[in-house]
Amino acid sequence: MSTPDLTTPLPVTDLGNRAAPRKGRRLRAFVRNPTFVAGAIILGFVVLVALFADLLCPGDPQDMAGPPLLWPGDDAEFPLGTDSLGRNVLALLVHGSRASLLVGISAAAIGLAIGMVVGSVAGFFGGWVDTLLTRLIELFQTTPTFLLVVVIVAIREPSLQTIALAIGLASWPTVARLVRAQFRSLRESDFVVAARSLGYSRTRIIVQEILPNALPPVIVAASVMIANAILTEAGLSFLNMRDPNVVSWGGMIGDSRDQLRNAWFLTALPGAAIAATVLSLNLVGDGLNEILNPRSDP
Amino acid sequence: MRMGRRIAATFKRTAIHAGPTVLGIIVLDFLLLQLMPGDAADVIAAESGTATAETMAALRERFGLDKSVFTQLVNFLSHLATFDLGFSPRYNMPVLDMIMTRLPSTLLLMVTALSLALLIGIVLGSIMAAWAGRWPDRVLSVVVLLFYSMPGFWVGLMAVVLFSVKLGWLPSDSSMTIGANYTGWAMIADRAAHLVLPALALASFFVAVYARLTRASMLEVQRQDFMRTAEAKGLHPFVIQLRHALRNALIPVTTVAGMHLGNLLGGAVVIETLFGWPGMGRLALEAVLARDFSVLLGVLLLSSFLVILANMVIDLLHAWLDPRIGVS
Repeated sequence: MSTPDLTTPLPVTDLGNRAAPRKGRRLRAFVRNPTFVAGAIILGFVVLVALFADLLCPGDPQDMAGPPLLWPGDDAEFPLGTDSLGRNVLALLVHGSRASLLVGISAAAIGLAIGMVVGSVAGFFGGWVDTLLTRLIELFQTTPTFLLVVVIVAIREPSLQTIALAIGLASWPTVARLVRAQFRSLRESDFVVAARSLGYSRTRIIVQEILPNALPPVIVAASVMIANAILTEAGLSFLNMRDPNVVSWGGMIGDSRDQLRNAWFLTALPGAAIAATVLSLNLVGDGLNEILNPRSDP
Repeated sequence: MRMGRRIAATFKRTAIHAGPTVLGIIVLDFLLLQLMPGDAADVIAAESGTATAETMAALRERFGLDKSVFTQLVNFLSHLATFDLGFSPRYNMPVLDMIMTRLPSTLLLMVTALSLALLIGIVLGSIMAAWAGRWPDRVLSVVVLLFYSMPGFWVGLMAVVLFSVKLGWLPSDSSMTIGANYTGWAMIADRAAHLVLPALALASFFVAVYARLTRASMLEVQRQDFMRTAEAKGLHPFVIQLRHALRNALIPVTTVAGMHLGNLLGGAVVIETLFGWPGMGRLALEAVLARDFSVLLGVLLLSSFLVILANMVIDLLHAWLDPRIGVS
């Protein structure tokens, strides 16, 4: 799933200015942006929980820990209650953060890598290469993304790696379009012409000259891609297309569907965890967009 | 007259453009499904439990699964030319028939969800743009961002808890009351009641997308020269916003709506499974679990065709909305 704002390239008018390192001022811009700060705080919390999951809740979260279906607050030992198999919901939530973040980040990395290669080659070379690659992008954009992910996961066993790969393979067109648009507008700019006249190789011009200047919108896209990958992973796990040995928030929701009538907190809690994580990434993305693209809002 | 010619030119251009995409999708989907481990014969054999090597070979021969990949593709293409999507060994039914029985449900769900998402999204986005930076904009921005971040199926489940379990207002399973045999208005009311929760769950994410986009494009349009002209002509601010700003802001919104149609169809897989909605998305998941390639391939193809078709309609819509499009 893609965000609309990302399909149009950012203006490149003050890029030369931006390329000059003014670290102090830029850092202050980040700290002053409330959207970015709010997102970064929530995201930082989730990342810390994922990193120290074993310290926070030692032992296997899939083990039976107490009586089944305890409501939050019933027992001080299980502050968020237990599920139908007597597993500690807090421990499941803490360990589930790992699957979401891991899949989200690796899927976005795969998607970004493919998208940046395809987009920069299409945008830089133009001509028939561009036509061909644009058709390829269109082809992938026409196929329903989630169905494509389901098909790729069905081809292999549903492990975390397969899921990340599938989401990455289905999500690259957004980045490719974005990078292509950036390359097309930067291709004829003065500094590229200068680099050409100095006799730099094409690879060097693409990688060292244009790419760094095309990055700001890609950075914004990256956070939104992680967010969307987490949402897709949650949907897949909910449909039971997941690694049975790994705890995941979407899987917790899928497991507790039968208890929706008598223990809806089992559905509400992991969903809230997903929403909070995705929200933090979207806030970071919005904040970055405001910082890197100051023109967009009054 | 000029408008008619412009729209006809746009139609010709998009139709020519769509041809290779259609072919590419057919080949891509076919190759993807060739990568699947095991075939339909394996599944039937596993289910009957008593298959010998001979019966397996007979099954493969009957469904053409023993031929080379290229022959299978050529076979598939020639069948496709006569609108024959193949035969499902698993369900013992032509694939096209299976999909056609599911297609109306999916279309109903999608059109409802898309209309809801566009309507609510455009209204919210316009309100946000009109009060940009002030409290209605801030409150709505937070609400919209929340919906942008929540998994649609979770929104659906929570709505089931509230509206079906706690309040008992709306049904949460299937697309009609089974065995009730309503007729006339009672039937329509029954269907509509079953449609509310799945449509809202499917729409929730896209409401957020369109609201954010409408807000951004409305603000963008305010800086255009024609807005100043309209203001200088002394038009009422409401007329300016509706006839000049919104009309122009609708172009990016409809473009993105077309791009998201595939995502909407994908989202339907989860929502249909969750609500027991007898649509194409649930069929796709059933086909994956049953390893029934021909059905899955058919669903993928038909969904992609739907997206292409919808985008052609949107291009025509643009030619009508924006006089600058299609003149060249």
